[in-house]
Amino acid sequence: MSEPTITPETIARISPMFRLQWEEAQDCHVLLYPEGMVKLSASAGEILKRIDGKTSLSALITALKLQFPGVPLDHDVTHFVETAYGQGWLRSVADE
Amino acid sequence: MSKPLWLLAELTYRCPLQCPYCSNPLEIAQYKDELTTEQWLSVLQQARRMGAAQLGFSGGEPLVRADLEILITEARRLGYYSNLITSGVGMDEARVAAFKAAGLDHIQISFQASDEDLNNYLGGSASFEHKYAMARVVKQYDYPMVLNIVLHRQNIDQIEDIIKMTIDLKADYVELASTQYYGWSKLNVAGLLPTREQLARAERIAHEYQDRLKGRMKILYVVPDYYETRPKACMNGWGSVFLTIAPDGSALPCHAARQLPGFSFPNVKTQSIESIWNDSEAFNRFRGDAWMQEPCRSCPEKGKDFGGCRCQAFMLTGDATNADPVCDKSTHHARLVTEVARMTAVSLADVRAQPLVFRNLKNSRALSTTPTA
Repeated sequence: MSEPTITPETIARISPMFRLQWEEAQDCHVLLYPEGMVKLSASAGEILKRIDGKTSLSALITALKLQFPGVPLDHDVTHFVETAYGQGWLRSVADE
Repeated sequence: MSKPLWLLAELTYRCPLQCPYCSNPLEIAQYKDELTTEQWLSVLQQARRMGAAQLGFSGGEPLVRADLEILITEARRLGYYSNLITSGVGMDEARVAAFKAAGLDHIQISFQASDEDLNNYLGGSASFEHKYAMARVVKQYDYPMVLNIVLHRQNIDQIEDIIKMTIDLKADYVELASTQYYGWSKLNVAGLLPTREQLARAERIAHEYQDRLKGRMKILYVVPDYYETRPKACMNGWGSVFLTIAPDGSALPCHAARQLPGFSFPNVKTQSIESIWNDSEAFNRFRGDAWMQEPCRSCPEKGKDFGGCRCQAFMLTGDATNADPVCDKSTHHARLVTEVARMTAVSLADVRAQPLVFRNLKNSRALSTTPTA
């Protein structure tokens, strides 16, 4: 399988293998999957909860900048999204 | 104290199959009273309140329970990620659809082998075709699907065919799990333990396919720990993250723990899960390291493997507080090595000539009247 190319226009959704939810007992967002759980950092949770199969990466970054003004997050968000693709957490809507 | 993250709900010991490597206790015939639907719902609610997030519906064969749809519905409502661990026997498309509507997250189907005759022989039932058809239905309903094949001396040489079968069925995860020797499989260990040569070949093939299928299908290959020199971190530590509720409501730190002597395991019929987890003697007995003997007590790795498996320590040394003899620091390790060599020196033909003891109620009753040493 070829590596996906992430562009500002990329629209992603959570892969059907995973379920994202807020986990009170862990005090963080988690990704649940067959027989496992990934605990997410606060910033990873903020990013993933906005991934809904409709919002492009650039729109996502814009929304995050509004919520966290002054934080230089373009590069970090793109980098995290790439990592999330690499882990199989995300899938491009265009690929389906 | 950590809280339970994984709840294994063993809904019933009833099962249409008779696999001779089943990890259920030999005494299945003695446990006829199953928790009611209401009691199971309460178990799900209580464990979720304590933070459990992963839920496995297991057994026996959980499909035997007619209230499975009700339990799945409640599991979803509570926010569990729920997994149905099944042989596929007793499944049909209508039920798969109902589970989906109820919010079941994933399904794990076990196969005994990749060829029909061996599969049906090992399961003690003509189930292969039906399993195959059901695996197709599971994918048709867009579930993440795990296929689980327990590997042992009598099927491990088919590993390549087994992997090809899982590719054909479009599995997302494949567990090639070497038999662990508890319950029925311990009874049948001489007929199940693979040779070192078989393992080396199987491991090489599994790794080839792991590389080839990267990104498409995840293959988990579990080696049999009798060949290791360090023990597994069993259950990630006693009373650390796993909680098993047996069909009769007994709460166990792992599904094999029932065989340990000198225990009185608490029951959800009479005690809350919170008090079982936090306060019961059974759940506290092997927490921390005060219970350990040498060589574990002073071992720098005790925080990594927690001394291995308590059940294995008991089965192989007679004392559950000993180091798991898989560890080569254990004074019992040499005996395990000798025993493994003795069992695997027997030819495959001779192994096959020895009948396996199938897991069924008749054999369970017969075994419980046999005096044990």
